[in-house]
Amino acid sequence: MPRVVVDVMPKPEILDPQGKAVLGALPRLGFSGVTDVRQGKRFELEFAGEVTEAVLAEVHQMAETLLSNPVIENFTVHVEQPA
Amino acid sequence: MKIGVVTFPGSLDDVDAQRAVTIGGHQAVALWHGDHDLRGVDAIVLPGGFSYGDYLRCGAISRFSPVMAEVIAAAGRGMPVLGICNGFQILCESHLLPGALIRNDHRKFVCRDQRLRVENNRTPWTSAYAEGAEITIVLKNGEGGFVADEATLDRLEGEGQVVARYLGDNPNGSLRDIAGVTNAAGNVVGLMPHPEHAVEELTGAGTNGLGFFTSLVEQSFA
Repeated sequence: MPRVVVDVMPKPEILDPQGKAVLGALPRLGFSGVTDVRQGKRFELEFAGEVTEAVLAEVHQMAETLLSNPVIENFTVHVEQPA
Repeated sequence: MKIGVVTFPGSLDDVDAQRAVTIGGHQAVALWHGDHDLRGVDAIVLPGGFSYGDYLRCGAISRFSPVMAEVIAAAGRGMPVLGICNGFQILCESHLLPGALIRNDHRKFVCRDQRLRVENNRTPWTSAYAEGAEITIVLKNGEGGFVADEATLDRLEGEGQVVARYLGDNPNGSLRDIAGVTNAAGNVVGLMPHPEHAVEELTGAGTNGLGFFTSLVEQSFA
């Protein structure tokens, strides 16, 4: 089953309090060396048929309209082939 | 005047908003998120709460509810719309207002009496206040940090679209201490603190919030 993945991330200039919380927790757990954490969202969209250019264009529309807020977030779209 | 208060699944302050509308001298009309018409109201309040469980982003799902299609169209025709807290988030997600609300910079839910300065008393929701009036109303939010890019912030300041600003410690990381904004036309107002919880002496932080519900007058629609 073809899968289209939309990754949504807070824009670099937007504060990410959740990422900051994770960053703060890592050293407390003994993990060192991480200098920054940004937390985003991953959407996995399953399609019954072939993922055509038209389908991808529609996924971009979904991402712009609902899955992300373009004021504060960027997104990327990619297709994952079944293993 | 008839003021509609929209209830979404997960709205919390809709009944308080209706009560504030009534105390403000108007008739409150309950609207449901699934409604396809606005039942002849003259203005709209989108109340606080956690509509659709804040899933995806606060206000992101509510923005596509049937009633919001009507609210967006009416706002475009100049109908006064006030979004409080979650309502503010819905208005930003609807692109009726610029910017967005993100999680508080200190990551904790904040609930306290908050001092504000009314920066713009030329909106239909703030005309009862003197410009620069300092008021205290209730603030309670987890995702109340107002953000926008620098150019947008400069434009909001330059065009007088900042409606209210936090006084004292910034409670949530809002850029330039912004607590509320209006659109270019001035009919749509979003406010993070809750004026509807400050309309009676018996409860809450006094009656400083009442002005948001007494400001509306017929001339708004001339």
